[in-house]
Amino acid sequence: MATKKFMFVNRKAPYGTVYALESLEVVLISAAFEQDVSLAFIDDGVYQITKGQNTDGIGQKNFSSTYKALGDYEIKKLYVEKESLEERGLTPDDLMDLVWEDEDDDWAEKPSIILVDRSEMTDVLADQEVILSF
Amino acid sequence: MALEVDGQSIELDEEGYLVDLSSWTPEVAKALAAEEDVELTDEHWDIINFLREYYEEYQIAPAVRVLTKAVGKRLGKDKGNSKYLYSLFPYGPGKQACKYAGLPKPTGCV
Amino acid sequence: MAMLHIVNKSPFERVSFRSCLNHAKAGDSILMIEDAAVAAMDNTSFSDELKAAMADKSVYVLGGDYAARGLSEDRMIDGIKSVDYAGFVDLTVENETTQSWL
Repeated sequence: MATKKFMFVNRKAPYGTVYALESLEVVLISAAFEQDVSLAFIDDGVYQITKGQNTDGIGQKNFSSTYKALGDYEIKKLYVEKESLEERGLTPDDLMDLVWEDEDDDWAEKPSIILVDRSEMTDVLADQEVILSF
Repeated sequence: MALEVDGQSIELDEEGYLVDLSSWTPEVAKALAAEEDVELTDEHWDIINFLREYYEEYQIAPAVRVLTKAVGKRLGKDKGNSKYLYSLFPYGPGKQACKYAGLPKPTGCV
Repeated sequence: MAMLHIVNKSPFERVSFRSCLNHAKAGDSILMIEDAAVAAMDNTSFSDELKAAMADKSVYVLGGDYAARGLSEDRMIDGIKSVDYAGFVDLTVENETTQSWL
């Protein structure tokens, strides 16, 4: 099977709707097909990867730690839009420390989050072969 | 479905996975294995314990490919291959080991 | 006749929150739940609008929804009251009518 560039675009906050969790599950399943998978976090999608999420008060499963497993699934490109953070009063420091381990470099941890501005995000999207929106 | 362990009834889904993940104990793992005529060895427990720690940390059961790589890193290259894992869990390391570990079936595992 | 307005959509995604602010009267209460909870943060592109509404309206947020999205209490707009589910119920009892901005 030829490898294609797959992009999952996440634009919704977690928990209020099921989109974020559905996207994450499809991402994990798609990893089995060994495609070139990347994720984009735009608009309210940036809330999916904030650190310190605590769902005790709403009785839902906190799935934020699952994003930390993406590196194990060879998903190493998480594009986050700067403007989306700024509009929400957030900074890159508010995001989880998401990394992947480089097996060829003695399992060194390398950052997965790639901060891009809106015009760079446009280019990243234009470069994809398959885009799935959530 | 239900499983009797130490006089307690443990509820299972139609595929034999725990309905309530918190009802797991090592005794439950042994009983689940015994249902499939498997006696758990230290080698089985290494994998079961690894899966439980992985689930605790990431809230998912890892895909087989991820499990294989992670076992190789943790327990050595001689164990981080599907031949070794299948020798321990012939029904599939994902499905069978996750069942004994009290985890849901791995995401993407059919 | 005080009214409780319940908003559950992010102001960054839908216009329903803005519509709520445009239709709420002085003395009314606004409760942010689910995805609307993100609006309780200060220094966002929406916080000035919400602060303006707070001049004559009371604003509440369901604390569990705010915390679920990784947002901390110390970065909340001053004057917003965080409530739990019991507080949610109290608000519906205290107000004569409730309007949900879906």
